[in-house]
Amino acid sequence: MYLSILIFLPLASGLLAAALPARLARWLVLGAAVVVLGYAIAFLADFDSGRAGLQHVTDRSWISELGIRYQLGVDGLNLFLILLTAIAWVPATLWAAFTEGRRPRLFFFHLALAETAVLGAFCAQDLALFVVFFDLMLVPFYFLIGGFGSGDRVRATTKFVIYTLAGSLLMLAGAVALGVLATPEGGQISFSLAQLAQRSLPTGSQEWIVLLFAAAFFVKAPLFPLHGWVPETYRATPLPVLALLSGVLSKVGVYGFLRIVLPTMPQGAQHWQELFIVIAVVSILYGSVLAFSQDNARLVVAYSSIAQLGFITLGIFALDPKGAQGAVMQMLSHGLVVVPLFLIIGALATRAGGSESLSELGGMAYRAPVLAALFLIVAFATLAMPGSPNFVGEILILFGAFEHKLVYGLVASAGVVLAAVYVIRLFQRTMHNRPGPAVASRELARLELAAIAPVVAVVVALGVYPQLVLRRSEPATTAKLKPANPEVSVIR
Amino acid sequence: MSLPLAEVQAPHVDYKALSPLIAVTGGSILVLLAGLLRARLVQRVVLPAMTIAALLTAIGLTIWVWEPGDVKPIIEGALSVDALGLGVSMLFYVAGIVTVLMSLRSAAMREVGRGEYLTLLLGSISGMVVLAEAENLVTLFVGIELLSIPLYVLCATELWRRTSLEAGLKYLVIGSVGSATLLYGLALIYGATGSTDFAAIGAAVGKQVGVSDPLLLTGIALSATGLAFKASVAPFHQWTPDVYQGAPTPITAFMAVATKAAALAVFLRFFDQALISSQTDWAPALAVLATATIVIGNVGAIAQRSLKRLLAWSGVAQAGYLLAGVVVGTRLGLQATVFYLAVYLLMNMAAFAVVTARERVSEHGDDLASLEDLGMAQPWLAWPMTIAMLALAGFPATGGFIGKFYLIDASVSGDYTWLGIVIVIGSVISLAYYLRVIAVMWMGGYEVELPTLPRRRVRPVAGWSPEADARAQPELLVVAVVCAALTVALGIVPGPLFDAARDVGSSLAGAFSG
Repeated sequence: MYLSILIFLPLASGLLAAALPARLARWLVLGAAVVVLGYAIAFLADFDSGRAGLQHVTDRSWISELGIRYQLGVDGLNLFLILLTAIAWVPATLWAAFTEGRRPRLFFFHLALAETAVLGAFCAQDLALFVVFFDLMLVPFYFLIGGFGSGDRVRATTKFVIYTLAGSLLMLAGAVALGVLATPEGGQISFSLAQLAQRSLPTGSQEWIVLLFAAAFFVKAPLFPLHGWVPETYRATPLPVLALLSGVLSKVGVYGFLRIVLPTMPQGAQHWQELFIVIAVVSILYGSVLAFSQDNARLVVAYSSIAQLGFITLGIFALDPKGAQGAVMQMLSHGLVVVPLFLIIGALATRAGGSESLSELGGMAYRAPVLAALFLIVAFATLAMPGSPNFVGEILILFGAFEHKLVYGLVASAGVVLAAVYVIRLFQRTMHNRPGPAVASRELARLELAAIAPVVAVVVALGVYPQLVLRRSEPATTAKLKPANPEVSVIR
Repeated sequence: MSLPLAEVQAPHVDYKALSPLIAVTGGSILVLLAGLLRARLVQRVVLPAMTIAALLTAIGLTIWVWEPGDVKPIIEGALSVDALGLGVSMLFYVAGIVTVLMSLRSAAMREVGRGEYLTLLLGSISGMVVLAEAENLVTLFVGIELLSIPLYVLCATELWRRTSLEAGLKYLVIGSVGSATLLYGLALIYGATGSTDFAAIGAAVGKQVGVSDPLLLTGIALSATGLAFKASVAPFHQWTPDVYQGAPTPITAFMAVATKAAALAVFLRFFDQALISSQTDWAPALAVLATATIVIGNVGAIAQRSLKRLLAWSGVAQAGYLLAGVVVGTRLGLQATVFYLAVYLLMNMAAFAVVTARERVSEHGDDLASLEDLGMAQPWLAWPMTIAMLALAGFPATGGFIGKFYLIDASVSGDYTWLGIVIVIGSVISLAYYLRVIAVMWMGGYEVELPTLPRRRVRPVAGWSPEADARAQPELLVVAVVCAALTVALGIVPGPLFDAARDVGSSLAGAFSG
């Protein structure tokens, strides 16, 4: 089994689609997304859950002059994020296949390229390769938002790209600095993460390099002071693309903390632990409060994402195995919840004459029990009701925080309460209440059901059996945490 | 009374090493003579073909002469035919071929006479080769004049356009000031070290002449200023946007790529070889210049609507990135600069080919509006432009990313980490204008108001319809697509170019201490 096939299959399908007649392009890319999902499930089935190390490793020299290797691998940390990517792309592509009419070859080429870039970023085990894929993600999203969005799309997409690329170019400088400065006297430069983890960088260098990485990851997530691109971009982005942007792309940043920052710059992470936790907690509160006051349904979810990403960051920087485990769990479950949530918003908008404003929605549940039921499940999962995977994630994160940073943990718990407030508000305003002016309550069409229901089923299944994730991710997560918190005992 | 003839020794000339230069100069004379024939076939086909043949011959001979690591000064130390000189000359030859292709249908070439136009082009290329291989202060100056004078003329070849004449004159005046400054600096360096030979200067600095000898320092400062004019390094860049905009577009492309490469090559050889011992003196100053260039170039480009001006400002910024490789004064820096020069050629040629193609058929000329909705109308022109812009901005999967990575790598390794971060910040600023070009092509209905330009009278190239132009100008399409494809290819498989850059790095092997 080769990760390269997994990564580059979507791109190949996208290139082929660009050469095919326009009406075939969408089905080819959709087919490839399904195949990728199947292949990702095969990786899950084949996964040896007892090992902390990498599996299915591909390791070849790419640019030997710069010490960059083409190094891929799966472990408990990225296995489920790869799976999340593969899962999320199927409903998003399906949804787009039926709703996107303009320039389909261009659209689906970029959608496929985006999947390749995201999968590449999750699989990369070489820092420079990670940076390549991390930056490459921006290109398709730039086109998808700018070319196919609505409203002030060009402005929005430019803002999005400049924000994100400002972060990731700083990370590029940080990555080069990390590679060069960690090279011992007379040694060969290397960007391999395993190598970098063994080479010890002086603490002083770690401290400023961590900040460069944090800039990239915080923008991507997004977290509180660096979220300026969010409102405009979320308004302009086409819905299926937004589901991916919010559900999957946001995870690449926080994943980078666990994959890169903690193992290679543990002292730097410790040094800024307090700051990062404060940022996380502020994001939780700020995101929750703003989510409560938004009228646009997309922005409710957007700001709730900021809060959720705050939770994930809190879990990581508690530097506690439970917290990190919770972060991994929460990354997966937040992604799985947000994708159907945005598609449901899309379904609601089609029933309300295209409006996504809460004041013009309402009364949707009247003739649409299935839609209402699915939305309710997703809503409960978002507010981390016991029995949902998000509950498992958040409770583990809070346990981790209580253990080491009690005060912050207590403040963050307020976020759980606030989540209930804004999610229930979202649900009530759309499904109950008096019907809006243009609302016509209709049951989910078959296509909508086909896109939304399977993902919701996965959410439910994970809520019932979270051990599927936790058991597999534990060895890898604790191993990544070990350098930053020596008290952690590595399992096996 | 008889002259003691036997005692005058003619310098030994290594004709093999000199052969690429002979091919170019010989070609230029033949083209000039053939240009006297007025037959249509000769004018339209034979002359460009001869020019390209001369350049291809030069490329072939360069490959034949190529011996990495072998430094051999020829003609009594006037020229050094080493991998640096040969490698950078390859860029000149390629840029020359592309320029000929881009000029095929240009009105400028028709207007001033094809023979003269092409001869001047070849003459300028031979000047660049001399400059890149100069091993001696005098040859350096000869090279820079041989490069510049034909360009002054070429800039003004669109005789009916006032801006073209203005560009020629402006370039002449500013270029002369630059040359004079350079000459003054060279004279002072000669005065300080007592030699015009680079190797002898290198040996003298730090031994016979103190590193902080005022005469030497003034000389270095003045010659750096003179070279900065040619490379359009801030604050000596002001001529760049005007001249680039006024000159015929193929000539603009040639200047943007080849002149810059030549200037950077001489920067590399002069500073990293002859003056390497006093690096602690000049490196901080050049680093400040590089920083200023990166910031000024990128900020200046933001406000531009004319594509040629935009590319001019972007060229200023790119010169700043390139200069970073000179500043560090290490072999890695040298290699990174040469690598980036090659990628820079591809990115810019792709962009300029598209600008040329659009300029000829669009009533907006070289304004941003000439690219509107190109993605729908002509994807084969829009994609190369998109790739060129992404590469210039430093997106991955293009050679531009690897080049920037290499430059940052060199900066950090050379203890100029802050310069690496300046490169990064410059790239962030540059997104503002590179992305705008892409947005205009692909994201129709661009919301920014277009200026009310006077509608230009366009000379139709072949038919009027904008859709016809890709088919009507296949050579531009080929240039754009090939350059863009190579840009992407180098982003994915950069190995061959790295090997070439390493060979080039070995040519100044003796210069670097560590």
